[in-house]
Amino acid sequence: MKGNEALAEAAIRCGCKCFFGYPITPQTELSAYMAKRMEKAGGVFLQAESEIAAINMVLGAASTGVRAMTSSSSPGVSLKAEGISYMAGSDLPAVIINVQRGGPGLGSIQPAQSDYFQATKAMGHGDFHVLVYAPCSVQEMVDTVTLAFDKADEYRMPVMILADGLLGQMMEPVTFPEPKTELPDKSDWAACGHKNEREHHIINSLFLDAPLLEAKVKERFERYRLVEENETDAELYMCEDAELVVTAYGASARVAKSAVTKARAEGIKVGLFRPKTLWPFPVKEIKEATKDAKKILDVEMSMGQMIYDVKLATECRIPVEFFGRTGGVIPTPAEIYDEIKKLTGGAQ
Amino acid sequence: MAVVFDRPQALLDVPTHFCPGCGHGIVHRLVCEVLDEMGVLGETIGVVPVGCSVMSYNYFGCDVIEAPHGRAPAVATGVKRTNPDKVVFTYQGDGDLAAIGTAETVHSGTRGENIVIIFINNTTYGMTGGQMAPTTLPGQVTQTTPFGRNTDTAGFPIRMCELMSTLSGVALAQRVAIDSVPHIREAKKAIRKAFENQKAKRGLSIVEVLSTCPTNWGLSPEASMKFVQEKMIPYYPLGVYKDKAAEEEAAK
Repeated sequence: MKGNEALAEAAIRCGCKCFFGYPITPQTELSAYMAKRMEKAGGVFLQAESEIAAINMVLGAASTGVRAMTSSSSPGVSLKAEGISYMAGSDLPAVIINVQRGGPGLGSIQPAQSDYFQATKAMGHGDFHVLVYAPCSVQEMVDTVTLAFDKADEYRMPVMILADGLLGQMMEPVTFPEPKTELPDKSDWAACGHKNEREHHIINSLFLDAPLLEAKVKERFERYRLVEENETDAELYMCEDAELVVTAYGASARVAKSAVTKARAEGIKVGLFRPKTLWPFPVKEIKEATKDAKKILDVEMSMGQMIYDVKLATECRIPVEFFGRTGGVIPTPAEIYDEIKKLTGGAQ
Repeated sequence: MAVVFDRPQALLDVPTHFCPGCGHGIVHRLVCEVLDEMGVLGETIGVVPVGCSVMSYNYFGCDVIEAPHGRAPAVATGVKRTNPDKVVFTYQGDGDLAAIGTAETVHSGTRGENIVIIFINNTTYGMTGGQMAPTTLPGQVTQTTPFGRNTDTAGFPIRMCELMSTLSGVALAQRVAIDSVPHIREAKKAIRKAFENQKAKRGLSIVEVLSTCPTNWGLSPEASMKFVQEKMIPYYPLGVYKDKAAEEEAAK
């Protein structure tokens, strides 16, 4: 199944009741699949007049307590930034998928990873985070959708799945979970009509009283601290005795894995560290992966964005080299293999 | 003793932040009277805008969502589509609805979203201190048109009811005012009709209310009502621009 379609099917199966989207390449198949399937599944599909409207429809639906989702690609995600900030400020759960393409501006429609900063550092104005997952196969995307909805509800925050054009467009065999029948109860805060049985609920991000807003933000950051403690995840591949650790996520990690496997077969002590959560960044996991390493090679489909988190997490104890392709160019296993050889001086 | 005038149940018993002579209080009351009379308070979800009426979430007794600037019709779309049995309305000012949120307003109308929009037109951005709004009259002095709105450079005021009435998905487009008792009674009838349209699933109803902003107009409350009568109504004629229910009735 195609990555984009698998994301859509997985969302429907885990109780996503509505999808609001706007056409943009390379995520269009996701919307098209939703258009075909959602109504039959008893949910709502609506093509909005803009990315801005789509995210605000998500905001409205999420306010009433239903599981809501939107998806887009890089330029469209920029337009959603406003709504995501409001949702974070209103403690609303939702899942947002970014099937990244080359940028800046209209950029290209080819796969890229140049929205890492946006997703992990600045997904809108104000003090907030979104939980960011970075799957690297169609199956993992399916599994991540379920996780994303559950964590969004658990922590009452927007969750982003940061995919890219390669993951969205590729086809792989996949198994889906059974449809979810029991969903979390949100009646203690949702704005779904009070039936004259309780006080009215207000979904709001405005707090004109500065100390009150500070308290609200601090309360939210207390939740973020729990996310940092409990939700980091990473794959450590052949890192046990690695002297060089390659760091990469998503599509570039797939390519890097081939290169690492090939180098290992030749006796080079190299491993791969692949974060599955980008915010929070898996700090303890990368420390474990690089405990014996002399060097890190960070590989991205960008000019180097995750590299700052790699350096911070490893406290710059060892040098971090960089190899990246950008603009929609996908690095080849041979290119990364060459970089590994260069940094290790060949077999040891 | 019989009580002949009381606060509607839907209007919470709290002091509002609105200025003396501001029209919001009157319109809030009308909306809440309709919610009471129709017995729908418990099933209603309001969506409030950015602007002076942002804090209406503290006044409306129903569940309320505060939308980003101009996005209330999109937020309401998300609410109504996933909760079709609920009553959903937006309450928006002119900058919110007719400038930054024009796309959301027009497209919720053309899709025929089954929601009510209460549109407060007071020709200015009240909360930010009285800048030019999309509905500011030609020649009107505001903070950003200090020499009066020059239509050569600042363009013309937009007539939203006329625009919305051209859309097939719109069930009701009506302009009312709150400058006099007869007009207030007419305004309430229009609001009631709008909510009844939603119950009958007729599509989107927009009620534009010509309202006042004494503070930013620099006028007394009384002179503000005169401004509505003498300046606003001639540019924004009151009346029904579209009424699907009436058209259907006439066709019978």
